[in-house]
Amino acid sequence: MTAQPGRQVANPTADAHYEHPHSRRGFFTDTSICIGCKACEVACKEWNRNPADGDYEILGSSYDNTGALGANTWRHVAFIEQDRERIEQARSSGRALVDLGMPGVGPPPARTGSARTAPSATASTGETGGAPSSEGTAPPDSPEFRWLMSSDVCKHCTNAGCLDVCPTGALFRTEYGTVVVQEDVCNGCGTCVAGCPFGVIERRTDGLVTTPPSRDLPASVKRPQTGIAQKCTLCYDRMKDDETPACAKTCPTTSIKYGRREEMLSTARERVAQLHEQGMTEARLYGANPDDGVGGTGSIFLLLDEPEVYGLPPDPRVPTADLPRMFKRAGLAMAGMVAATATAFALGGRR
Amino acid sequence: MTASEFDSYRPPEPPRRRRRDRDRRSKGGAGSWFKRGGDGAREMPVVPDAEVEPYTSYYGRPVVKAPPWKKEIALYLFLGGVAGGSALLALGGQVTDRTALRRNGRLAALGAAGAGSLALITDLGRPERFLNMLRTIKPTSPMSLGSWVLAAFSTCAGVAAAAEVDELTAERLPLGPLRAVLRTTAPVAGAGAGLLGAPLAGYTAVLLSDTAVPTWNAVREDLPFVFVSSASLAASGLAMITTPVAQAGPARALAVMGAVGELVAQNVMERRADHVAAEPLHQGRPGRMLSWSERLVVAGGLGTLLAGRRRWAAVLSGAALLTSSALTRFGVFYAGLESAKDPRYTVEPQRRRLEARRAAGQTGDSITTAG
Ligand code: SF4
Ligand code: SF4
Repeated sequence: MTAQPGRQVANPTADAHYEHPHSRRGFFTDTSICIGCKACEVACKEWNRNPADGDYEILGSSYDNTGALGANTWRHVAFIEQDRERIEQARSSGRALVDLGMPGVGPPPARTGSARTAPSATASTGETGGAPSSEGTAPPDSPEFRWLMSSDVCKHCTNAGCLDVCPTGALFRTEYGTVVVQEDVCNGCGTCVAGCPFGVIERRTDGLVTTPPSRDLPASVKRPQTGIAQKCTLCYDRMKDDETPACAKTCPTTSIKYGRREEMLSTARERVAQLHEQGMTEARLYGANPDDGVGGTGSIFLLLDEPEVYGLPPDPRVPTADLPRMFKRAGLAMAGMVAATATAFALGGRR
Repeated sequence: MTASEFDSYRPPEPPRRRRRDRDRRSKGGAGSWFKRGGDGAREMPVVPDAEVEPYTSYYGRPVVKAPPWKKEIALYLFLGGVAGGSALLALGGQVTDRTALRRNGRLAALGAAGAGSLALITDLGRPERFLNMLRTIKPTSPMSLGSWVLAAFSTCAGVAAAAEVDELTAERLPLGPLRAVLRTTAPVAGAGAGLLGAPLAGYTAVLLSDTAVPTWNAVREDLPFVFVSSASLAASGLAMITTPVAQAGPARALAVMGAVGELVAQNVMERRADHVAAEPLHQGRPGRMLSWSERLVVAGGLGTLLAGRRRWAAVLSGAALLTSSALTRFGVFYAGLESAKDPRYTVEPQRRRLEARRAAGQTGDSITTAG
């Protein structure tokens, strides 16, 4: 069971009292090299046999017609189109973050003087100052326009709101530190949907069609169930077989990386330092801080603008962090109700 | 952001506010929600103006998800309150020997708890698995604790009400030797239901507040007080309708106290909550429900106070109070659902508190880091 945020929890499986040690697993999604191909969305859907999300709709939001994460969409690629003004704003807000001296800042951005240099210039004139491996991964931006593409997923929080509020125990912490729904236990009460500060988990309501081919499948094959809460399992089934999750396996640019969380964290830190060196001060990490409102996330993201631009909350806080206080207030109110009733009987004596 | 002529085919973009762009902001004038709350009536954020981040979102899509709860849950919030309050009144009637008040309270407690449980179960995604609610006891889950409270309460209320029914039907229930058992356990069960009454009426406030739904979470300090007041006045209202005035004295007193309590608690709640996150409480249908609830509380409370000893006035006031309680619960419920649908209610308060912490020099707890 998870508790207060702000504690340094390296591995939440210790909290869940697992006796056999496994390292905590996680994603690192480096959005600076995402090309928006949506292969992860497709691979996820195929592997997990997730049904379609209703009828196909053109949403009018760049190339994103998926819309949001949901019961049947466990990876969602966001598309944001930005002009020069917005790029500069992102860069300065990122620089402000560096100036704040946030925790765990790796090597400081070496060339602050070149911060204004457009990244494309750095890329096209050939990497000289950057790390040797950065040549192939420099983002294809122009100073006038850029696309932000980011593959969103369940954060597998250290202190997971969904897990805390689930009354049936359907949501559980796996031995790998991830958060998974047990399909045969969940009764679809929907509390977890409200409990997630990232709007990830959802109750599946779509009518599931049984197509003739699926009717002939053997009983051992997993079939999507309706009425239950669903979200990314970080491919729990594959993980147990030492396989990479479907999305990370299929990602052609290695934008989605999977592995032990500490490794992901250090990769993320190296990458953000590298981008800062290239003058991309807009690069920042999301979910890497164990002292944030959810105790850090299992899925770490490298973002190139403020989180809300990608539809992520800027300061999420697991609601259960305030639960002791809420119980205290409710206890006081309940005592008041009893006292008022007692007084009423004292006042309303037979007249 | 037009880049080519084909961009004219695009649907209009939701207006995005630019960061640190003072020219534009001053032009932003009239439609600027940013300036709302600056009328002096409300507390303004302490953060200096330049630090306040404008609100951006991903195509105006919600950041958090509203729970899939329908009107059944709002109905349950109301019925749970009626049940809890009625059990408390019945316990009082039991202790002070007011037979009619005791009987009506016990029957109301069972009826409301039963109907409420049915409403809860029909709202589940998989109603046939409702017993899974009692699979664990989980202190971090208000829904789990609440299910246990409801189950225990219903059991107690059921025994107590069965004794009343048996008495009403002149011992015609086919109980046999169990009748003696029922007779002796009924007072204990009545006491049990009475003691669980307040938790049943109040836990739903924690259930709503312990979520990422902006409005419910923002009112977490005071919502329990609104809910228990609302429960007290609803149960008293029901008792005033069902019970002869001679025995309904305590119900009238409780109704007046509940009405005053609710008016105060609701006011404090709306004042203390984050002014942006509390906005849905004043807007649209939820806003109308809550303001009508306030009017009906005043009417019902005054009616009880001035003419409560007249039967017709007691019935009318009771009905007003019951309706007001239902409107309070539905209003708060739907305001929360609305707040989850608009990213502004999630992003703006979070941004503001983040900037306030940064301005105070507290930089170690942000989810966004430079490295
Ligand atoms: S992101 Fe939401 S669904 Fe995922 S673990 Fe955290 S609280 Fe649960
Ligand atoms: S919907 Fe399922 S997983 Fe979510 S809180 Fe309810 S029982 Fe738990």
